[in-house]
Amino acid sequence: MGRKLLLTHENVPGIQTYEVYRSKGGYASVEKAIKTMTPEAIVEEVKTSGLRGRGGAGFPTGMKWSFLAKPEGVPRYLVCNADESEPGTFKDRYLMEHIPHLLIEGMITSSFALGANTSFIYIRGEYFYVSRILENAIAEAYANGWLGKNILGSGYDLDLYVQVGGGAYICGEETALLESLEGKRGNPRIKPPFPAIAGLYGCPTVVNNVETIAAVVPIVNDGGEAYSKIGVGRSTGTKLISASGNINKPGVYEIELGLPVEEFIFSDEYCGGIANGKRMKACVPGGSSVPILPDNLVCKTAAGEPRLMTYESLSDGGFATGSMLGSGGFIVYDENQCIVRNTWNFSRFYHHESCGQCSPCREGTGWMEKVLHRLEKGLGNMDDIDLLVDVARRIEGNTICPLGDAAAWPVAAAVRHFRHEFEYHVNFPDKVKDPKHGQREPIMPVAPAPVNA
Amino acid sequence: MSAHPTGTHSFDPALRSQLKFSEDAMATIQKIISRYPEGKSKSALLPILHIAQAENEGWLSPEAMDLVAQILGIQAIEVFEVASFYSMYNLQPVGKCHLEVCRTSSCWSRGAEDIVDYISKKLNIKVGETTPDGMFTLKTVECLGSCGSAPMLQCGAEYHENLTEAKVDALLDRFRSENKRHNYTDLDYKNSK
Repeated sequence: MGRKLLLTHENVPGIQTYEVYRSKGGYASVEKAIKTMTPEAIVEEVKTSGLRGRGGAGFPTGMKWSFLAKPEGVPRYLVCNADESEPGTFKDRYLMEHIPHLLIEGMITSSFALGANTSFIYIRGEYFYVSRILENAIAEAYANGWLGKNILGSGYDLDLYVQVGGGAYICGEETALLESLEGKRGNPRIKPPFPAIAGLYGCPTVVNNVETIAAVVPIVNDGGEAYSKIGVGRSTGTKLISASGNINKPGVYEIELGLPVEEFIFSDEYCGGIANGKRMKACVPGGSSVPILPDNLVCKTAAGEPRLMTYESLSDGGFATGSMLGSGGFIVYDENQCIVRNTWNFSRFYHHESCGQCSPCREGTGWMEKVLHRLEKGLGNMDDIDLLVDVARRIEGNTICPLGDAAAWPVAAAVRHFRHEFEYHVNFPDKVKDPKHGQREPIMPVAPAPVNA
Repeated sequence: MSAHPTGTHSFDPALRSQLKFSEDAMATIQKIISRYPEGKSKSALLPILHIAQAENEGWLSPEAMDLVAQILGIQAIEVFEVASFYSMYNLQPVGKCHLEVCRTSSCWSRGAEDIVDYISKKLNIKVGETTPDGMFTLKTVECLGSCGSAPMLQCGAEYHENLTEAKVDALLDRFRSENKRHNYTDLDYKNSK
């Protein structure tokens, strides 16, 4: 049983309420921070902890905080990114819905560390009911003196608001999120300047994911040193993993980084193996944007080493034979699932969500969707497969924000590892005519892709 | 309450004056605006559009968008460009129950298409259509962050998860008997879940 730092009290009845949360030691980090620590000391603790951004990029949080500009007389902002929209990811929603005060506590401690007097939680519009839960928790925090003027008699003031979005995946990109928070379309900004210099309303701003902010609570409580001892190498601490797809026990699991992937998928403590007694065909370990891995590369790296749930191990082998930890959106596909159809599904998503600013992404995502749809329907030819790779390569790296890369990587990886399945769609169009082919029975035997693809 | 025939917003003062938001809604709007620093009230646009939509039978008519522009003191086009960017703002009328079924990978691999087909047959409408009685609109949407409880659909503030045909039957019956409009801004959902 792995240690838990965030979901320790997830099953305590009434943990959503202030009284119960407080009785379990809640808001201790705010007391410790405001009464006994300087803001600089908190930033140092976060640096020592090795905490990396949990939204997907994995950028060291302490370093991000230390970049924050502090000009005299200019307000600074902390904005929590609760726009969780990466397909396969639902951990932030789980955390906010079940332990809302943990996020509020993390926001107060982090705002104090950064010297922000107004902070926002930007939550995706579809989570409207979760925003109500957060607003209730914030009202309780105000009523008990954790928010507002002169918190704990320290002279530190903080106002915290929940901002509801309008439904757009791109607003999870931090500069698009800031645009949206300013009441505009979610078009990512050209960087530099980075938000740490010019963010919300042109003021220095830090944008952090929900889970990152929540992790500040145990880091301040127990010290960065203790946090850094959990995990492996540069992957420290615990991570929330959203497990979904064809597994026995989908859900949100808090794991210690370094857990073997095999144990995560097959042990009863976590996913509980593949549903309906089927075989695993593929796995997307970090949300839809990361490369898909075929069965033989999921639990072991190309070199035959056991693959671990860490930033480094999951990306072992680069894009040729590895993937990424990403946001921790762990999707498992059984042998019945058609990879071509799934790739089309992802492409449709990115086409729908592209903001349209950069031509390679705006046009390329639509083009890939069209070609994939054609292949999937059995109407494509062999050249289409290479065309896909070509289009993907021309999007990657040629856009303002990472959405272009996120759209290109899954397509390139699917062709790299499952080319035989794309060719099958070209060679046997009759077998893929049924719009739900592969949903009920395997369209073809699962043939492991060659390791040295 | 029909869409303006010629364009995105209306310059006709007579049309504008027809629409008013309720006092409650206006009070909430003022409270939201007060959160932001002076001169930054445009930040309130997205939350206000949700309220406007709830006040205007579930969609943003040109008149509703004009009214929002007036409240915030911005151009109507600034409202329209935002309303048309985000997927939750309806620029056409929708049924009282806007059934938004997730179609992205995890839901798809657990039978979302079957659920869409089932609802479609049962209500005798295609995706994107509204039933003649104005009760249901069926739509497919991208990932709603409910992958671990797939397949799922959203209706207003409500998430309905781990769907089966029997669950869909019960749900549609409930919606019919309640016969009320479901908005994202509904308050009573948090306690019922």
